[in-house]
Amino acid sequence: MRIFGLSIKVIKTLLTTQYAYMLEYRIEIALWALSGVLPFIMFSLWSQNDVGNSFGLNDIGLARYFLSAFLVRQFSVVWVVFSFEEDSLSGRLSPYLLQPLHPLFRYVASHLAEQATRLPFAIAIAITFFILNPSSFWLPSIPQLFLAYLSTHFAFTIAFLLQSLVAALCFWTEKSSALERLIFVPYLFLSGLLVPLSAFPSNVLKVAMLTPFPYLINFPAKILSGMPVDIFNGFLAQILWISILVPSVNILWKLGVKRYTAMGA
Amino acid sequence: MPNNPSDLILVDQLSKYYRVANKQPGFKGTLKHFFDRKTYDVPAVTDISFKISPGEIVGFLGANGAGKTTLLKMMCGLIHPTTGLVDVGGFSPQRRQTAFLKEITLVMGQKQQLIWDLPPMDSLYVNAAVYGLSDHEAKVRINELAEMLELGEELTRPVRKLSLGQRMKSEILAALLHKPSVLFLDEPTLGLDVNAQARVRSFLSEYNKRTGATILLTSHYMADITALCPRVICIHKGKLFYDGDLDSLANSLSPSREVKVELKNPCASEKFEKYGEIQDLNDRFVCLLVSRDKLTNVVSNLLTDFDIIDLEISDPPIDQLIGELFIKGEVN
Repeated sequence: MRIFGLSIKVIKTLLTTQYAYMLEYRIEIALWALSGVLPFIMFSLWSQNDVGNSFGLNDIGLARYFLSAFLVRQFSVVWVVFSFEEDSLSGRLSPYLLQPLHPLFRYVASHLAEQATRLPFAIAIAITFFILNPSSFWLPSIPQLFLAYLSTHFAFTIAFLLQSLVAALCFWTEKSSALERLIFVPYLFLSGLLVPLSAFPSNVLKVAMLTPFPYLINFPAKILSGMPVDIFNGFLAQILWISILVPSVNILWKLGVKRYTAMGA
Repeated sequence: MPNNPSDLILVDQLSKYYRVANKQPGFKGTLKHFFDRKTYDVPAVTDISFKISPGEIVGFLGANGAGKTTLLKMMCGLIHPTTGLVDVGGFSPQRRQTAFLKEITLVMGQKQQLIWDLPPMDSLYVNAAVYGLSDHEAKVRINELAEMLELGEELTRPVRKLSLGQRMKSEILAALLHKPSVLFLDEPTLGLDVNAQARVRSFLSEYNKRTGATILLTSHYMADITALCPRVICIHKGKLFYDGDLDSLANSLSPSREVKVELKNPCASEKFEKYGEIQDLNDRFVCLLVSRDKLTNVVSNLLTDFDIIDLEISDPPIDQLIGELFIKGEVN
């Protein structure tokens, strides 16, 4: 059996090795998990100003949304641009390019292993949040949990592909992390990390929904927190973006590799 | 250049140009560079052709920036040629087909593919899975190579805790795990101490004998080249100017040989002038530079005419000859 052209053995070995690697950095990962508390800051900001009602949410709804946004972010965060740029400039990419495994699979494995390492820290942070806000406690139903899990993985896939697209520009610019800012700013404002998208004026919301960003945080977080959401169209949009981005990354990668000069390698 | 079926590697009129930007110093230069960037093509390799047979060990010689690493990178498929053709075992390297990648490996001195914080064994098992080796095959292969490279418990220690020599040997093990038949080695002994260099050299020689693998090697250490490479390809400013055996190169570079004589009694220098150019004369020790065609007669006459305790004939140091060659960029 093969998944994305990879044998189960390759997938298992990559994941276990990367997990072992991530465990070497468990303290750093705990700190990374803690550094993702932006949704909690936003929650405290919006709840103190009592503007939650204008978003169509009460305090409990707001708390659940931002905790869900935090959890979705924990399992969809991507840093492939930075890893790729470092590998490209240090020459580590060269041996990877000469192995019968697409280098991007190594980054996928490292992200998935890191997500597994983050899991206990994310749970601990969620428990602490419930202790501090007992009224916001809720347990999603099994189907809700499954759909949230699926949409979070699709969100991760979209984010990974978007960054891979920028990372492939490294073959031209060698400093593609600067270009990553072009994605990060709209991501910050349009993903739902700072505010639920329902707070946006309808014309801004219409434009935002044409981009991939609302499907990275807002859509999975709404499912997890139990807010009303158009599940069918949400998944359809996620699948559509994945189907656009996969061939785009593939084409850009193939063009980029032709330009690779293996400088510093 | 027609390809003979017995040739493993065919390089035909290969060229590679790098596009680089030219920036003048100072603030004005910076502004100009920002708004109106001027680029130009720098030739790294120009119109190079040669063939390599299976099982050969070929050394690529050249000064820094001569183009030998660029050539190696084109042959292994890492970079695309600007013009010309490379054929390695019937494959076009830049297409990086799986069947081709399974036949080759690239080792670069002081560049690592091993995961820094894990023992080499973890990276070895990743490579084994990537190249489709079974657990049993991987185990047998790791044991075999570890024995040849004199690696033991180092394989289960984190890479960051290994010495440079141990790390390089582990890198070589990782690169050879899939039994490649063509090895591209770019400065594999760079930065290693003399003992570690010697071990890597003897391993490569042994590997070539055992497996019949073809080895293409660049090195700044002449000892690597003289110990491993019967054939050398010399490159200067991107152009090939010598392709042949190392001995012939040494002969053409130095038509004379050194004759060192230890005499029983001291002699005046005038007595040696007719035998050759006196390099050194110190009490009972004389060093003469004698042309190769007169060598037999001169040695015979010296043994007849003087009371000699010891006599030694040697080539001038190859490092010195090659160093001069890099400056000249041509063989006489």
